[in-house]
Amino acid sequence: MSVVPAGVLTGSALPVAEDPGAAVELGPRARLWPSLAAVYRAQLSRARVARIPLLFVATFQSVGIMILMRGVVDGGAEARAVVAGSSVLVVAFVALNLLAQYFGQLRASGGLDHYATLPVPPAAVVLGAAGAYASFTVPGTIATAVFGSVLFGLPMAHLWVLAAVIPLAGAALAGLGAALGLLAPRPELATLLGQLGMSAALLLGVLPADRLPTVVQYGRDLLPSTYGVEAFARTFGAHPDWTAVLVDLAVCAGVGAVSLALATWAYRRAAVR
Amino acid sequence: MCAVRGLTKTYPPLRGHRGTPSTPEVRATDGVRLDIRRAEIFGLLGPNGAGKSTLVRQLTGLMRPDSGSVEILGHDIVRHPDRAARILAYLGQESTALDELTVSLAAETTGRLRGLDLRQARSERDAVLDELGLTPLASRPLKKLSGGQRRLACFAAALVGERPLLVLDEPTTGMDPVARRAVWAAVDRRRAERGTTVLLVTHNVIEAETVLDRVAVLDRGRVIACDTPAGLKERVAGEVRVELVWRERAPLEVPEVAALRARAVESGRRWTLRLAPEEARAAVATVTGGAAFAALDDFTLATPSLEDVYLALGGNTQGLVKA
Repeated sequence: MSVVPAGVLTGSALPVAEDPGAAVELGPRARLWPSLAAVYRAQLSRARVARIPLLFVATFQSVGIMILMRGVVDGGAEARAVVAGSSVLVVAFVALNLLAQYFGQLRASGGLDHYATLPVPPAAVVLGAAGAYASFTVPGTIATAVFGSVLFGLPMAHLWVLAAVIPLAGAALAGLGAALGLLAPRPELATLLGQLGMSAALLLGVLPADRLPTVVQYGRDLLPSTYGVEAFARTFGAHPDWTAVLVDLAVCAGVGAVSLALATWAYRRAAVR
Repeated sequence: MCAVRGLTKTYPPLRGHRGTPSTPEVRATDGVRLDIRRAEIFGLLGPNGAGKSTLVRQLTGLMRPDSGSVEILGHDIVRHPDRAARILAYLGQESTALDELTVSLAAETTGRLRGLDLRQARSERDAVLDELGLTPLASRPLKKLSGGQRRLACFAAALVGERPLLVLDEPTTGMDPVARRAVWAAVDRRRAERGTTVLLVTHNVIEAETVLDRVAVLDRGRVIACDTPAGLKERVAGEVRVELVWRERAPLEVPEVAALRARAVESGRRWTLRLAPEEARAAVATVTGGAAFAALDDFTLATPSLEDVYLALGGNTQGLVKA
């Protein structure tokens, strides 16, 4: 800002001759990557305070589902689908469901004002939060995948593909969760939408696809988590079709980009009313 | 440094749902005109629902007015609401965005999002926490603090990353006197050293009288007066406030007391009267002698406060706090 006339410093409320034409220099804008990193770090630290019990719930839920399905499917393609679906379900629980709840509550309580009065790009807030929530899912997803592979006797050679599946499916589902939370007119509705999204990921991701009716199969094709599940399931084979895996992951990435853009738009809309 | 002209915002009427009655259209701010000078502590005083928060949301770019203009340091905030974030720091009433962070991380993150690099953010964080006496609490999450401590931590976050204008919405709510002093000392230091301007929202009349340079009194979305606290009080200089507290009930069998009742505002055993000085003397003489004195628990005689000004201006005093 400009230099303040000396008279102002000692007294109070002195009428200061101000040139109405001269605009004071604006403070700096926060740049995208540093502010994204700051939001990410802050969100990650929230997990330590508030989210660890929920991460256990997410993992136990998936492990429980696999134990249940153990009596129904007996190896082969169905077992792969169950393990892949249960692993990605952990991502859906945290990234979609919990993030929708978080943004729904933040918006309803006026917490968005804090970010809206800081010169931070909307994308940094949304991507930072989405990235942190996707990161929360890493331990649970890996634990579920390893447990499932042991339970169904699947090879673990290609589990490294999770390094691509978690961020890409995480981006798609977290973007969707953030958009739902920011667009829902009431926080209860955000919670409900998040739960419904997770239920869809559960039913359509874990149940073997070829046993579902045709209409439900179309619904399955529309769900972003499906492509993460498919990509992961393919890698359990002896000779995975890497092209198909890459195509599935590319779909995930595309949906992720679109849903994060949608979430950023929703944030702008929610921040200034 | 901040000029507001004809600022108007109307909330549309709400249709009733099950269990919630419908509400008519509300003019939350109605042609507000304000001029805030540089390096001044300017207050918005009014009870809940007077339109203070709506006005502040429009000044900080959080809400678009229906009509009118806001210019801060030469920038048109109505046309460019995003510029507000680069001119001012805002302390809102909600802390939900920071609640699960530690005091230290809340301040550092806010500084980084205000455009500071990591090193600057950390050194400013340390300086501000030290200045406000928050260093011993630095590693505690805001959620685990008392209401006043949490408020102070949010105030600290608002100070990291210097801004020429601080907009503080009831900053001292729930604070003990030590924390309040820390807040006003920090504000005064910034004003003296850097010419920082402060816009303070309050419904606390005592605070308004002691810290503000000038105050705009709001009632139902309109500015009904704007002056220094002393200037406002001169408008009701001819009055004295008498407060009487009775032990059990007022001795209405004493004719002078019965006559006073018509002019008193009653709240339980407490009567509040606004009287001319000679009337006040007579009233005090009556209640401190004879039969009335036996029924009297306590009385005070005071010169007018901003609350009296507010009443005299035709405001509805319910909701102003004297603490």
